[in-house]
Amino acid sequence: MRRASWQEYQKEIADNKYYYARSCIRQNFFPGSERAFLDILTNDLGVDIFDDPLHTSCTGIGYHSDVVPLETIMTVVARQFSLMAEAGYENFISSCITSFGIYNEVLATWEEFPETEERTRRYLREATGRELVKPRSIAHTSDIMFHHRHSIARRAKRRLVNLYTGESLRVVEHIGCHYAKIFPKSGIGGSEFPYVLAGMIEAWGGDVVDYPERRHCCGFGFRNYLVQANRGSSIANSHKKLESMAPYKPDFIVANCPGCAMFLDKWQYAISEMDGTTYGANGRGIPVLTYEEMAGLVLGYDPWELGMQFHQVDVEPLLDKLGVEYNPDAKYLGRDGKLIGRPRAVAVNGCGVELGLRR
Amino acid sequence: MLTEDVRLREGLKACMNCGVCTAVCPAAEFYDYDPRQIVAIVQRRDDREIEQLLRSETIWYCGECMSCRPRCPRGNTPGYVIQALRTLSQRLGYFVESEKGRQQLALKRLIGDNILRTGYCLTPRNILPELHPEQGAVWEWIYENDESIYGRFSECYGKEGAGALRKIDDESLAEISRIFEVSGGKAFYDTIEQHSERKAREMGYDGATEEYMMHTYTYNSENHY
Repeated sequence: MRRASWQEYQKEIADNKYYYARSCIRQNFFPGSERAFLDILTNDLGVDIFDDPLHTSCTGIGYHSDVVPLETIMTVVARQFSLMAEAGYENFISSCITSFGIYNEVLATWEEFPETEERTRRYLREATGRELVKPRSIAHTSDIMFHHRHSIARRAKRRLVNLYTGESLRVVEHIGCHYAKIFPKSGIGGSEFPYVLAGMIEAWGGDVVDYPERRHCCGFGFRNYLVQANRGSSIANSHKKLESMAPYKPDFIVANCPGCAMFLDKWQYAISEMDGTTYGANGRGIPVLTYEEMAGLVLGYDPWELGMQFHQVDVEPLLDKLGVEYNPDAKYLGRDGKLIGRPRAVAVNGCGVELGLRR
Repeated sequence: MLTEDVRLREGLKACMNCGVCTAVCPAAEFYDYDPRQIVAIVQRRDDREIEQLLRSETIWYCGECMSCRPRCPRGNTPGYVIQALRTLSQRLGYFVESEKGRQQLALKRLIGDNILRTGYCLTPRNILPELHPEQGAVWEWIYENDESIYGRFSECYGKEGAGALRKIDDESLAEISRIFEVSGGKAFYDTIEQHSERKAREMGYDGATEEYMMHTYTYNSENHY
């Protein structure tokens, strides 16, 4: 029952011609993932995707920090939709989970309360002279990767298999809360059994780990992280998840939300600094990947070109299991191969060069 | 006033007080927080009790993860109710009466003002390592070498064009600014500043200064658990 239930929550995903909206958090912490997404779709899959220089933040972090009013974010969203239409596109795809939730919430609110749509149209016209045109489809970029997962599998240079044991890698998938908890029908598999990442893992040869706190929030909680005084709440929730998954010995975590991928990585570092606890094998952390990084490795992309040096938890143990060839000396180079030093070594980081192969 | 917010109308129909929202709530695990009780108070429509809520710490504990929404057997969304309460608390100036509520000034300045300044909620230069020790050694390295490191991934770091962390062009920023003007976003920012100014003076600060803002950002009385 469990494995089939995701099929009750299907949504139509366009095959081609996407308008791409970037994410505030992702471009800060995973700029390589956003670039890889565009490269994979354009170069590997031959899909038409437009990276518009005119769109801005959706202001979602401000909205969920309760400083940006609903009327304002609705009008900002309306501007993004107008830009999409003006560029000749109908399929809006969002790199951010918070934004994805916002886009769905705004469209649903306009539907439920038509006076809010009329008001938004008026504000947009007055502020920008633009006309609101609603998209034909809304998808998160992980939906798009899921949609093309079999095409990627056909082009795979490697599978999610441990080179040394021949066994499938054990993967924890973490779905951002706003992917499907707000609008379950907008996510593949709904809110209880989302299949968007599990589908990619299975298509590319990995095993999905089921564990008790699989659906628990990563702990971001907007103001619960953004304000320094509140961060105990954020780390406590990541801690709960990490403690719950650790006994299942995952080889890596993959997340589809910008914040979740960052927090599950950074809080492992903070926990190791606080009490010495680490959750990976041999006293190291559990690598936390984006789905573009996972797809990129499957397709044979260089890990440093994917931006995996942005992670606080070393990814080398995973690269070794996958049999990825990489140059340790190139990890921390700057633009044009410039030497710019390297981060100081800490418990969960700095093992790449000296530890070599790990299982 | 509360029922004018569509999120309240969407988020609260008829609550039977089962407590599932509290059972799944990440904030309730950490804080002395019970969304079931908040919804019960709002549902009773007792203005005195609701005003107490608007002045309280309680409404500021929620992380808006919305885990409550799909689990409610009656189709309510306590997270939406919280959003409506927080908006009203700020409009009426009650937010400054609680430690967690006063943090709205820091959020307005750190996130809200950044949106108008850059077009983004956050940018690498405003994630200061000294305010974010949890970001670790790798972030320090990125922060210190941002142009060279982001330059590996974007042709447009800090410059106009398509790509990660591109500079938003002046006309687009002007459009965002006008959107905030006509839709009430700027007036809302001003409301947060004005009430913070009043409270800061009450607390002995020389107005809503940087020092007061940093106090709201860092102070934890440890009375929330």
